This record gives sequence, structure tokens and C-alpha cells, in this order.
Amino acid sequence: MAVPKRKTSRSNTRSRRANWKTTATTLTSCPQCSAPKQPHIACPSCGTYAGRHYDVAERSEHQG
Amino acid sequence: MPTPTKGPRLGGGPAHERLILANLATSLFEHDQITTTTAKAKRLRPLAERLVTFAKRGDLHARRRVLTVVRDKGVVHRLFTEIAPDMADRQGGYTRITKIGNRKGDNAPMAVIELVREPLSAKKATVAEAEAATKRSAKTKKVGKSPAASKSEAAVSTTEADAAVDDAPIVGSAGSEAPLVDATEAEVLVADPAGAEGVVLQDPDDEADDTSNTKA
Ligand SMILES: [Zn+2]
Repeated sequence: MAVPKRKTSRSNTRSRRANWKTTATTLTSCPQCSAPKQPHIACPSCGTYAGRHYDVAERSEHQG
Repeated sequence: MPTPTKGPRLGGGPAHERLILANLATSLFEHDQITTTTAKAKRLRPLAERLVTFAKRGDLHARRRVLTVVRDKGVVHRLFTEIAPDMADRQGGYTRITKIGNRKGDNAPMAVIELVREPLSAKKATVAEAEAATKRSAKTKKVGKSPAASKSEAAVSTTEADAAVDDAPIVGSAGSEAPLVDATEAEVLVADPAGAEGVVLQDPDDEADDTSNTKA
């Protein structure tokens, strides 16, 4: 079985992991309640999308 | 030709996928609106719309074709007798998928898929008709589009002017009859004389202006 010959150095590990970046989520404001929401997704605070209301879309703080 | 589905099947195999989609379609036609993952909703949409097309056809053969997918006769009956008549004017697009964010447990993107049962709105129908008309005019005449538009605008303006002319005499008559009523009464009950005379006035402000003019 092929195995690594050398232990990966701390420097290499860290330089590899330094490129793990995150990006900010694109947000728009809800036309109904003006809370921040993701585009093309029903508003999590009031549950509306394109003038229609969806109960299941509403999120409390604990539901994440 | 239907577009082949990309990516792995739902569930553990082809039979499992068929079962999942059949159960989802049954639930959709039973409840009109179901919440599921976005991937399942997207896979369900073509199947559900094809079943609605069968339901719109409405004959026994179509019913048997639907029964091979939706095993519940009660649900198939509902699809054929309640849902299909609502879709009569609609040419496809029988379902609507709305994304509702990610699920808490596994962060799966969720969606609501629902049957679009509200009648086709008149505004959209007229818009589609107008688009078709402009396409036809563009075909017949390359430059014909702008003169036609200006002509239609002119027609609208003339009709508006006619309406204004029609309104004017009514308002004038109301104004001429206003002096018969006591000035104080007119002041207190501005709307009353108009109602008593049976004159339908769209703008109460015009009436008020007329009475004030007669007073002055
Ligand atoms: Zn909102």
C-alpha cells in the first residue's frame, strides 16, 4: 500500500489551510417586511415570496 | 422529448426512485402543496405535470395511465374531477416550486411544491395576447410597430376626451341646480343633492367646487 514518505510539515499544513476561505452570503431586503433575506428564497422572517405566504418558510431563532 | 435526469437517482435504486416519486406525486395531488427537498421537488415536477396532462385528457385510458403511478383511486379521482378542471385554461406550468431555505438537521435546501390552481390572471392573458399581436404585426410589417402603437394611443386619448365631454354636462347641470338648494344646506350636505338627483359623480371635489362657485 502506498503511504506518504514524510510527515506533512506544519508550514505546509498551515499554508494549505490558509486558503480555506468563506464567502459572505448574498442578501437582499424583503419587499414585504424589509428584513434581510437570500434572493430567490422565501423570506425567513415573514414567509412571503412574490406576494405569496408560506408558513413553513418562517424561521424562529432556534430553528436557525 | 423529455430531458434525461442528470445525476444519481433518488433513494437506493431505480425502483426506489419510482416509489419515492410516486409517493410524492400522490401526496401532492392529495394536499395541493407539499414541503420537500429542492432536489426531490425538481424531480417531481415533470412527473406531476405529465399526470395533470393525463387528467386534463380525462378519458379511461388516461385514468389507467395515471393509476400506474398514483395507486390511490381516491387521489386519482380528486385529480381528475377537482384539479383538472382548474387547469383547463393553463398550457403547462401546473406546479410551482418556491425555495424556503435550508433544513436545520442536515442543511438540505428545502422547497414547497404546489399545484397552481388559481385561474389564469386576465392581465397575463392580455399581455400574452398583446405580445402575439406585436409579433404578428412585426411579421407583416417591419416598421409597422411604432405607427400602430401611436394610433392606439391616439384612440385612447380621443375616447378619454369623449368621456370628459360626457362628464362635463352632468357636472354643469348639477351646478345649475345647486342654487335651488339653500347655500348653508349645500355647505353642510355637499354629497346629498347629488345623491337625491341620482347623478353619478365620480369626483366629489368637482361638486364641491361648483357649489363654492355658486356661493361666490
Ligand atoms: Zn419578509
